[in-house]
Order: sequence, then C-alpha cells, then structure tokens
Amino acid sequence: MITDYSAVKSSSTMRRRSLLIEGAIVVAIALLILFGAPILLTAIGQEFRINMLGRFMTLAIAALGVDLIWGYTGMLSLGHGIFFSLGGYALAMFLQLQPEGELPEFFTLYGVTELPWFWQPFHSLPFTLAALVCIPALIAALLGYLVFRNRIRGVYFSILTQASLIVFFNFFNSQQKLINGTNGLKTDTTKIFGVYAGSDQVQSVFYALTVILLLLAYMLCRWLTSGRIGKLLVAIRDDESRVRFSGYDPTGFKVLVFAVSAGLAGIAGALYTVQSGIISPKTMDIAFSIEMVIWVAVGGRASLVGAILGALTVNFAKSILSEQFPEIWLFFQGALFLVVVTVLPGGFVGWLRTEGQDLFRSLIGRPRRVMTYPSLAEDPEVEYERQNLRN
Amino acid sequence: MSDKILEIENLTVSFEGFKALNQLNFNMDTGELRVIIGPNGAGKTTFLDVITGKVQPTTGRALFKGKNLRSRSEHHISRLGIGRKFQTPRVYLQLTPRENLDLSCNRHKNVVATLLGRPSKAEHRTVAGLLETIGLTTKADIPAALLSHGEKQRLEIGMLVAQSPDLLLVDEPVAGLTDEETENVGNLLLTLAESHSIIVIEHDMEFVRQIARQVTVLHQGSVLCEGSMDEVQNNPQVIEVYLGQPEEGDG
Repeated sequence: MITDYSAVKSSSTMRRRSLLIEGAIVVAIALLILFGAPILLTAIGQEFRINMLGRFMTLAIAALGVDLIWGYTGMLSLGHGIFFSLGGYALAMFLQLQPEGELPEFFTLYGVTELPWFWQPFHSLPFTLAALVCIPALIAALLGYLVFRNRIRGVYFSILTQASLIVFFNFFNSQQKLINGTNGLKTDTTKIFGVYAGSDQVQSVFYALTVILLLLAYMLCRWLTSGRIGKLLVAIRDDESRVRFSGYDPTGFKVLVFAVSAGLAGIAGALYTVQSGIISPKTMDIAFSIEMVIWVAVGGRASLVGAILGALTVNFAKSILSEQFPEIWLFFQGALFLVVVTVLPGGFVGWLRTEGQDLFRSLIGRPRRVMTYPSLAEDPEVEYERQNLRN
Repeated sequence: MSDKILEIENLTVSFEGFKALNQLNFNMDTGELRVIIGPNGAGKTTFLDVITGKVQPTTGRALFKGKNLRSRSEHHISRLGIGRKFQTPRVYLQLTPRENLDLSCNRHKNVVATLLGRPSKAEHRTVAGLLETIGLTTKADIPAALLSHGEKQRLEIGMLVAQSPDLLLVDEPVAGLTDEETENVGNLLLTLAESHSIIVIEHDMEFVRQIARQVTVLHQGSVLCEGSMDEVQNNPQVIEVYLGQPEEGDG
C-alpha cells in the first residue's frame, strides 16, 4: 500500500514537470509569433502577410472549437459559420456605432431613422465583448439541448446544423433594414477609441490580441481534454449508450462542449472581422463551415496542435496558390480532402504519431516500433489469418 | 429473511403486437446469484433492457429495492445501483483500461463535478485494486482496443464493479471465450457474488453448471420454471422447449 502510494505521488510530480515543460514551449512559440513573425515578415518585404497570419490564427481558434466537438466528441457540426458570424456581427456593430450617438450610414440608406432595439446594448463595449462569446454559446446550447435530449446523433446532427446554417444565412442575407443584408458590416472605416480600425496601429493590437487569445483558447481546450471530462468526451465518441449505462447523462456534456466550441467560434469571428475589415453573410456560406472541418481533418482530428496547424497551412496554401493560379484552388482543396480521407485518416499529426515515427526511425537505422499488442503478434491464429489475407 | 432486491410483476413488453415479454413475474433476494437461461427469442435480453431503462414496459412494473423503474432514464437507473454488462464487450476502445475504470468509478457523474473534480486518492486506489482483480495491471496504460476479447470481457466486468452497483446484470459473459478464460470469468463472478446480487444470462451449460445456484428458465416471454440446476435439468417441460425435442422414451 505504501509503495503504491509513493508511486502515484512520483508519477504526479513527473506529470507536473512535463506539463511545465509543455507550457514553457507553448508560451515560447506564442512569444515568437507575437514578436518574431512581424519582424521577420517585414525584413523579407512581406508585410501584408502579417495581417494574413493574424487572420489565419483567428481561424485556428475556430478550428480548435471544431476539433473539440468533432475530433474529441465525435459530433460533426457543419454549422460553425453561424457562431463565427454572430461573433463577427456583434463586434462589427459595436464599431459601427462609434462614435457615440450617430446612426450607422447604411441605416439611412434604407430609410431607418432609429436604431433597432436589439442593437441598443451594443453601444457598450463590455456588453459587446460578453455578447460575442455568450450569444453564440447560448444559441449553441439551446440548439444542442433540443437536439441531444432527443438523442439525435451522427449524420442527423450534421444535417440539422447545416439546415440551421441555411436559415441563419437567409435571415442575415435578406434583412437590409436590420443588418445591411448581403452587404454586411464594414469595420475598417470605423473608429475604435478615436483611431481608425483599419489603421496599422489598431491592426497590430488585434494581431497581438489574436496571438494571446489563441494561446488562451489552446490552454482552455488542453485543460478540457486532458482531465476526466476529456476522457468522457472520447468515451461519448466511442460508445455513447455505454456512457449512459455507466451512469452519465451525455446530454449535459454534449451541450457544454457544443457551447464552448461555439463560443470559441464567436471569438474567432470577432477577431477575424476587424482584421479583414468586413463581416457579411458570406461567412455563413455552407462551404466556409465545411472548410473549418477540412482544416481539422488535414491537421489531425483529436489533436489540438493538429487543428491549429491545419487551419494555418490550409489557409496559407489557399492564399499562396490562389495568388499564383487563381482557378486552381478549389481543385486543390478537393484533392487535399480526398488525400486526407483516404491516405491519412488521422491527419498530419496522426500520421506523425504513427507512420511518420516509423519512417523517421527507419531513416536513422533503428527498428520500427511494435505497433500491435505483443501476444497478438505471437498468436498463431492471427499469424495464419494475416498470411492468408496477404494472398 | 432478506429483502427483495428485484421484483417484477406481470411485466409485458410488446413491440407492435409481438410480445417479447408476456406477463412475466420474477423476484430475487438481495445477495443472490441467479442464472437465467432460455432458448433464443425467449426474451432474455429484453428482460435486461426493461430493468436498465432501455425499453419501457407496456404493462406491469419492475421494482428495484422497492422503487419503480418505469420512466427513469438509463443513467438514472445506473446511479440507483444497477450495472449492466453487454453481450459483446463494450469498453471505450480509445481509452486505456485505467481510464475506462476511472470513468466508471467517478462518484459524482454530473457535468460540473466531472469538469472540476479530480480523482480522489481513494478512487485511485479502487482503480488500482480493480486492475489487480481483473488481471490487467500490466496492461493498464495501453489503449483498450489492443486488448484481447477475454481481457475486454474482464475489463467490462471491472467497469461494472467500479460503479459499485448493488445489482449486476451480466449478459452472456463467456460468449466467444476459450475454456480457460471461461473459467477465469466464472471465478471472477463467484468472487463478486459474495458482495453483490448478480443476474447472469448464459447459453453455455458447462459454465452455468460452474456458477449456478438458482436457475430461472424463460420461454416465450414468461418464466417456465425455477429451481436448482439439477431440478431444472430434469424438468421435462424444460427439456422439451430448451432442447427442442422430447427426451427418448418420453411417451
């Protein structure tokens, strides 16, 4: 008993140490991106890529959310564009309402003389900041509760999220008098604290904010997925009805993870809007929500680093390729998705964890790791089966 | 006299006219190990489905420690103290045996407690002890997907025990196991029977003989007879329905 206890204790101090090392590496990378990347990109004459990197990091925040719900919990949401856009619209409207007291220009075009009541609270910055996280999260929680309570799962959940996306798209696209319809809300000519939002000064502040929030989002997801609840999410993915018979009600957990995921998408949308200068119903396109899933699939499901890397690489590939060959990107994206689904089911990080490691080991002349369970490899029956299958 | 842990009164379950269970009456004492046998389609699995809340009874009722189980959901019934093992081993394949047991062992299964709570020392010790009992200590930290069929069966029984239920429902625990593994599982169940009430559903007569004290035979959704293994085996009615043919010299 005593030895058992000390073993538990020493493994927990070891875990704490490896957690510290991991934390240090993550913070170092964040600092490098925060200070190093702008200097480097300026030095090689590619300043415009700084803004691009900033935008793509906001997309990485959204990808973390998608990974949480799809990669870990196994629910494929095709409607994350809703939450992304809601966050974007919330912050864009706050900016449109600056300076205080003036009605945004587009309202007068449609003959609206008074600000619609639901936009009134968006005069306040604290309210807006809370709203851009909470509104997406609450909508997701409500939608999720209704769906999950009725045990709607799998492909039906995906279809429902996509249907909701279309509903939101049509609403936002058609309501000129409330939200400027298909034109969306521009932010670059608005002022924040008396400075134009499109100015370099504000943009670099938002770049830094994005790095910090991406770091925080990563830490939140890391904490969620490493504890008991993270194991439970994987358990729900593996066998949901078993979870019920073990005494857990999956509904609450799924609602929680859907809401967190939506909140992250909301933050991502708000940061993205300011850095791209506009939010419009385009971000509620069906294609954009599917792209989010592709980032995670390419990077690696159920890997947080994979989600971030996937979002960054796919988007940089997209912008670089479409600069060179404007027509080719969609074909490339389709091919990429096919390759990932057929050859790399675990995404890039999944490949690194398994085959990549073996490749590296064989390159430096060390034996491959034993991937199967030892007794299985020795089992004559299994061996016989394997040989027969090969023929 | 000990209290009844499970009482089932006039239970009928019909699926669009087909009666999977028909006016079934059954009860069981606390601490008993009961084996239920019966030919295919006798309603054995439906019987477990009703007790665990997966299927609602059409008429009649099931009482667990005096509480009516009707319209309680699966997780609620599980928290009352009924654990169920499925026919094919259902463990979480992407998690390790240790994590599998830890999830079942968790005392507070609501969202907030699972989110913020950390496994206590006592729970760590319970999990370590259980790993020992089911013989998976050396394989505690590899994904459960890599375990053999028999190890998965034992792991699932371990997960049941981790829930510390009062009543264990075990559905065909030795299907597809080797003779040696079958005996292991049998001994494990006998050990567990010292501190739990257990219902085992099984086809394997060899195995039933190893563990059975009291046997209930189901046929066409109702109880055909009850008694010790010997009594049941010599009951002409049972022989007729279970073996599907009259014994030699019988008439």
